[in-house]
Amino acid sequence: MINMMEVSETNKMIEHENLDVRTITLGISLMDCIDSDLDTLNKKIYDKITTVAKDLISTGQEIEKEFGIPIVNKRISITPVSLVGASACKTSEDYVEVAKTLDRAAHTVGVNFIGGYSALVSKGMTKSDELLIRSIPQAMAQTERICSSVNVGSTKCGINMDAVRLCGEIVKATAEATADNDSLGCAKLVILCNAPDDNPFMAGAFLGVTEADAIINVGVSGPGVVKKAIEKARGKGFEELCETIKKTAFKITRVGQLVANEASQRMGIPFGIIDLSLAPTPAIGDSIAEILEEIGLERVGAPGTTAALAMLNDQVKKGGVMASSYVGGLSGAFIPVSEDQGMIDAVNAGSLTIEKLEAMTCVCSVGLDMIAIPGKTSAATIAGIIADEMAIGMVNQKTTAARLIPVIGKDVGDTAEFGGLLGYAPIMPVNEFACDAFINREGRMPAPIHSFKN
Amino acid sequence: MRKCVVTVLGKDTVGIIAKVCSYLAENNINILDISQTIVQGYFDMMMIVDVTNIEKDFGDIVEEMNHLGEDIGVNIRCQREEIFAKMHRL
Repeated sequence: MINMMEVSETNKMIEHENLDVRTITLGISLMDCIDSDLDTLNKKIYDKITTVAKDLISTGQEIEKEFGIPIVNKRISITPVSLVGASACKTSEDYVEVAKTLDRAAHTVGVNFIGGYSALVSKGMTKSDELLIRSIPQAMAQTERICSSVNVGSTKCGINMDAVRLCGEIVKATAEATADNDSLGCAKLVILCNAPDDNPFMAGAFLGVTEADAIINVGVSGPGVVKKAIEKARGKGFEELCETIKKTAFKITRVGQLVANEASQRMGIPFGIIDLSLAPTPAIGDSIAEILEEIGLERVGAPGTTAALAMLNDQVKKGGVMASSYVGGLSGAFIPVSEDQGMIDAVNAGSLTIEKLEAMTCVCSVGLDMIAIPGKTSAATIAGIIADEMAIGMVNQKTTAARLIPVIGKDVGDTAEFGGLLGYAPIMPVNEFACDAFINREGRMPAPIHSFKN
Repeated sequence: MRKCVVTVLGKDTVGIIAKVCSYLAENNINILDISQTIVQGYFDMMMIVDVTNIEKDFGDIVEEMNHLGEDIGVNIRCQREEIFAKMHRL
């Protein structure tokens, strides 16, 4: 039988160490909504989402209450809209109408985000893909709860550099379209390489075409719990440190699995995967940076940061894999700047740079995330940063992403405020040497060789 | 059997156990196990209870126990046992 020590350990994690389930994300396929008439398409999309997800919020709340575990977000991911809208949308404005429909559905159901205003263009762009990508700035400006993503590369296909160049322009245009809110639109737009089909985390969530009609994916959290646990391993060897992280990751993930099973059973929708990511929030004590500092770095960004992060990420996976029947999504430590107080502090202290963050993304998911850069940064430079990040993903057979926010009207020394879970971020300096001639080359980068690994 | 864990944490005072147990009895909840300590004036109790025969919705029981805790001046949580079993048992 459960003993008092175990009960108080669990409740201490929940009450004092920010243990929560970060998201229950309901994946909904919109393939059966496809229609050549825009109004019919919008109606079908609205009806399907509001029918399948009608109990999502109430089910989440019931589980929270019965088990005493907070479930921070209830969200929806959908089939990439460039596939669903291909037949009906003849212009970018048509796509913006679909975005508005999705926003309306999100409000009706009560979810804080719907992810999947997306295009998958790792090898080439259809006309529909291009129209959707070009609609992103207005879609982000005219909606509140839509998240957008573009997959521009993969290990199997290489990198679509035409899409990278276009995305550089689109990120900039989105920043300008939402300039009144510190370019908030860019916080909901992510450019990906090797995007997974079952990711429950925003802004990169969408439901891939390989997935079922509806599916429950769950993202766990718990940086604060890991931080507290490894405080007990201060000064000890790597063996003890790694064992502590693994055991803690196991416990966190088991809670996620329990919540996923309950949600799946109550809603009558199959369980998909648990995403093992350690996801920070701006709250004090819910930070990946603090874990790395507890491991032994004075500040994140110091020499040793990449190695410490590689170890942390690997141990979280090793502990989590055994705790869950199906693992998927991004599954790694997130290192967003604006959503992690320790990262913000490290940037302000001059310890953490974009270049170091880029190195860190080689060993963990998911990429250059929530990084505010000067509003004057050119579209070509943004595309260059995106291309670098995509190359890391392509060569290392992993997911990488870039969520960059060129904050219009602000420069190094200023701070951008996004609010809520998105936090705030100091504007980080960007290398000012140009890469225009490289970005302006047309075509795509070939897929990398899959042998001779060095 | 549907088991739950009730935890009571707070400053010690007269009648905590009496009030909690009365509420459980009124709602047809059977107590299976109790452990309780007092550390430096702080009352810490854990009960494992059987909620198979409750007539109310379980969510309402959770809320009513929270309110009972507020009335007594302690923190009462009532959670389904699985969250602890899953986390600490293979």
